Amino acid sequence: MKLKTAFAFGLSVIAAASAQAADLVIATVNNGHMIEMQKHTKEFEAANPGITLKWVTLEEGTLRQRVTTDIATKGGQFDVMTIGLYEAPIWSKKGWLTAIKTDAAYDVDDILPAIRGGLSYEGKLYAAPFYGESSMTMYREDLVKAKGLTMPSNPTWAQMADIVAKIHDPAKGVYGLCLRGKPGWGDNMAFLTTMVNAYGGQWFDMAWKPQIDTKPWHDAITQYVDLMKKYGPPGASANSFNENLALFNEGKCGVWIDATIAASFISDPKQSKVADKVAFVAAPTAVTNKGANWLWSWNLAIPVSSKQPEAAQKFITWATSKDYINLIAKSGGWASVPTGTRKSTYANAEFQKVAKFATQEKKAIDSANPNDSTLPKSPYVGVQYAAIPEFQAIGLAVGQQMSAALSGKVTVDQALKTSQTAAAREMTKGGYYKK
Amino acid sequence: MAKKAAFPYVRTFFAWFLSLLIFFPLFWLGITAFKTEGQAIAGHLTFSPTLESFVEVQARSDYLHYAKNSLITSVVSTVLGLLIAAPAAYSMAFFRTHRTRDILMWMLSTKMMPAVGALMPIYVMAQTTGMLDSLPALIIVFTLSNLPIMVWMLYSAFKEVPNDILEAVRLDGATVWDEFRHAILPLTMGGIASTGLLCLVLAWNEAFWSLTLTSAGAGTLAALIAQYSSPEGLFWAKLSAASLLAIAPIIVFGWFSQKQLVQGLTFGAVK
Amino acid sequence: MSRFLPRALLAPAVVTLFAWMIVPLVMTIYFALIHYNLNQPGEHGFAGLENFRYFITDPDFWPSVLQTIELLGWVIVITVVLGVGMALLINDPFPGQGIVRVLLISPFFVMPTVNALLWKHMMMNPIYGVLGKVWTFFGATPIDWMTDFPLMSVIIILSWQWLPFACLIFITSLQSLDREQMEAARMDGANALHQFWYLTLPHLGRSIAVVVMIEMIFLMSVFAEIFTTTSGGPGNESTNLAFLIYKQALMNFDVGVASAGALFAVVLANIAAVFLIRMVGKNLD
Repeated sequence: MKLKTAFAFGLSVIAAASAQAADLVIATVNNGHMIEMQKHTKEFEAANPGITLKWVTLEEGTLRQRVTTDIATKGGQFDVMTIGLYEAPIWSKKGWLTAIKTDAAYDVDDILPAIRGGLSYEGKLYAAPFYGESSMTMYREDLVKAKGLTMPSNPTWAQMADIVAKIHDPAKGVYGLCLRGKPGWGDNMAFLTTMVNAYGGQWFDMAWKPQIDTKPWHDAITQYVDLMKKYGPPGASANSFNENLALFNEGKCGVWIDATIAASFISDPKQSKVADKVAFVAAPTAVTNKGANWLWSWNLAIPVSSKQPEAAQKFITWATSKDYINLIAKSGGWASVPTGTRKSTYANAEFQKVAKFATQEKKAIDSANPNDSTLPKSPYVGVQYAAIPEFQAIGLAVGQQMSAALSGKVTVDQALKTSQTAAAREMTKGGYYKK
Repeated sequence: MAKKAAFPYVRTFFAWFLSLLIFFPLFWLGITAFKTEGQAIAGHLTFSPTLESFVEVQARSDYLHYAKNSLITSVVSTVLGLLIAAPAAYSMAFFRTHRTRDILMWMLSTKMMPAVGALMPIYVMAQTTGMLDSLPALIIVFTLSNLPIMVWMLYSAFKEVPNDILEAVRLDGATVWDEFRHAILPLTMGGIASTGLLCLVLAWNEAFWSLTLTSAGAGTLAALIAQYSSPEGLFWAKLSAASLLAIAPIIVFGWFSQKQLVQGLTFGAVK
Repeated sequence: MSRFLPRALLAPAVVTLFAWMIVPLVMTIYFALIHYNLNQPGEHGFAGLENFRYFITDPDFWPSVLQTIELLGWVIVITVVLGVGMALLINDPFPGQGIVRVLLISPFFVMPTVNALLWKHMMMNPIYGVLGKVWTFFGATPIDWMTDFPLMSVIIILSWQWLPFACLIFITSLQSLDREQMEAARMDGANALHQFWYLTLPHLGRSIAVVVMIEMIFLMSVFAEIFTTTSGGPGNESTNLAFLIYKQALMNFDVGVASAGALFAVVLANIAAVFLIRMVGKNLD
């Protein structure tokens, strides 16, 4: 009841064109950097009297569902939405988002071009990134050196297979390779898509026909299943980022290919037993290096149905500015700043000192191009996903099949065939082509 | 199997052993709340306890705000539900007709639609009546969701009252209300208490509608818990701490109501 | 008077439930018959039976129906059998009875998603979970629950969660068991088994029926536990109807297909209810 009165009050105030008292409802995902941002609410409110921040923090899937329902039904429940690099192109094309207004101090050119490109439509920025990531290889330098090997800085899958086989030592509790296996378009399929890209594959050809039962997919998935069966930990088909992180921190993984943010966790002596033994190189390639590492960012956007667009602009430009990054650096140290968004962060000497993975991370992000991530030309945008609404269901269905192949319940070819049928069904229903 | 009274030690042992076994995962949750994230993964029984997860939970979210919302929605919906369900159960238990079983089945059938499928209709209803993100909306949803359960459980409890007691009371010329208060209520207190407790817990733990229909204002403890299953970053110690904080009020309720459960009188005494 | 009172008492419950049921049901039927995708708002053409056809032609449809029933069956059997057992065990007073009662019903207090996460990571993970450590302690290879027995893992999690519910109802019901009758039977020479079979079990008949029907209703639409642990996999081995609706429809924001799926779920629930009522329904009277 109180909120309704507050809303009515807020509306009438704005109607009087004096936009001073504003309640900003922010929908956000529950990852570390966003949680950190909530802790600095007071600083923002102090610098912007009249604006109060109200946070709604949710798990990724629930968040996506809530904000999509709200924006599609023009609900107006949220003034600022956290959306991924996946939604941004789809929603900006539909005209659901308000363009972000930036000034010189904000320095929009400072934003990493790969990410900025993914968030812009017809030259205008529709969402501001506060956190970005790519993927890379993280491995135990000590284990590799102990076998007299060196990890090349741009390994191929063949080289990786060789190294992983040699450092695999289950008797000592070390599994050679840890990779994602839990079904999900943003879970195992995020990784597998980059692997398929590296083997020269794609999700859809230029006529939008799914390409899942083709040779690149076959080669990539066979390699994945093969390596994980021989050198992966038990339970791999249910493992996602956090499970692999836990394993790596306990020293049970030799090599882990996953999001660059993992580097900050595994190098943190407070939670990792192997903090001083890790090193980083690029994600493995095969036939090509296009799309071999992914690109993802969490971004803040303003739905057109928001009732406080001005206040929302102020908040977003504050939260994604250089000043904000400096604020975090001051309060928590440079190791805890949100990365993957601005060139200036990486150029900062303090940051480079504490973030040993920074160079590799920036290289990975710069090399990822959502508009050109596959060897054969593709009609879709996105490195580890296709930015079409149907992709979530397709990704999950295919992910389930890949998980089944990994656990040995079906053969790789059966899994690919079932996935192809599922994808074709969705695409036909979506009207991309007639059967 | 009923064990003979001649072996009380064996029974006591088994009762304790099995209940501790069943309780064990919760115990594990409890001790994980006092670990650091690293210790949570290592999974040892012995460790040096720390309050850092609780501190983090406190710093991150307004526990009291969510707890208050949970308390209000759960308690009000349970009380409201009991007030509507008790008369209905009474009517069906003591004034049975040939339609009674059909009505019972129909009531249960109102719960057959999976929440996942009814998401849009309910959301649209809430949106058009302007009740998104409001406590009354949650109270209505909880009450009506639990109403069939309450009716069934209360019906079952009322049916346990033996007919001779009812007849004895009616012969004395008591009114319906007196009959209820003095004869039926004491006998069915256990059933009513367990109904209340179970529905309170069902409302307390209800996450699907709590998350779908609320944003910043009316979030319940389910929203608090939702903050902790981070996609990238270890969270089990924090989640355990947050869960302990979320369960704490319920455990208190549970302890008090289990005393009510014992109040079923033996029928020898009543006669 | 004799007709009015019972109807008046029944009225509030029936009226409110009717309103609660009818509006979403009508809306769901409507949505199921049109094209309604949140990503394409404004395009609401008539779709006829297309949504239904799309949902039912999913290769995962029949497996998910079977798995829904399997899940239902197992959890009900486990909770009722163990529930009756535990209730009988702790029925007569013994030291610490109150505490044991609270311990027994406490799993029900935990939020389902937390439960699922607890079991998946803390208990069932083959490497760092408690069960894995116990298995290794006895020299065996830890079972990879989520991979090799996904549906059974979900069943275990759900049984653990619902056992307290069953226990509580049986404990309450046992309170009103006629002790005099039991004494008389014992003096007539009936042993423990006879007492149980001919006296206790029939007495518990009604509460067993209540537990079975209520659990059926809830377990039919179990979603959170599967979503958090196995995501319906590997393959479709732990997909049930509710998860299929989610996967098919909610991930796509296709409200039309989701509504069609929901109606299928209602049909399945009705069939299961008819079947179960035939088995336990006479105990309700």
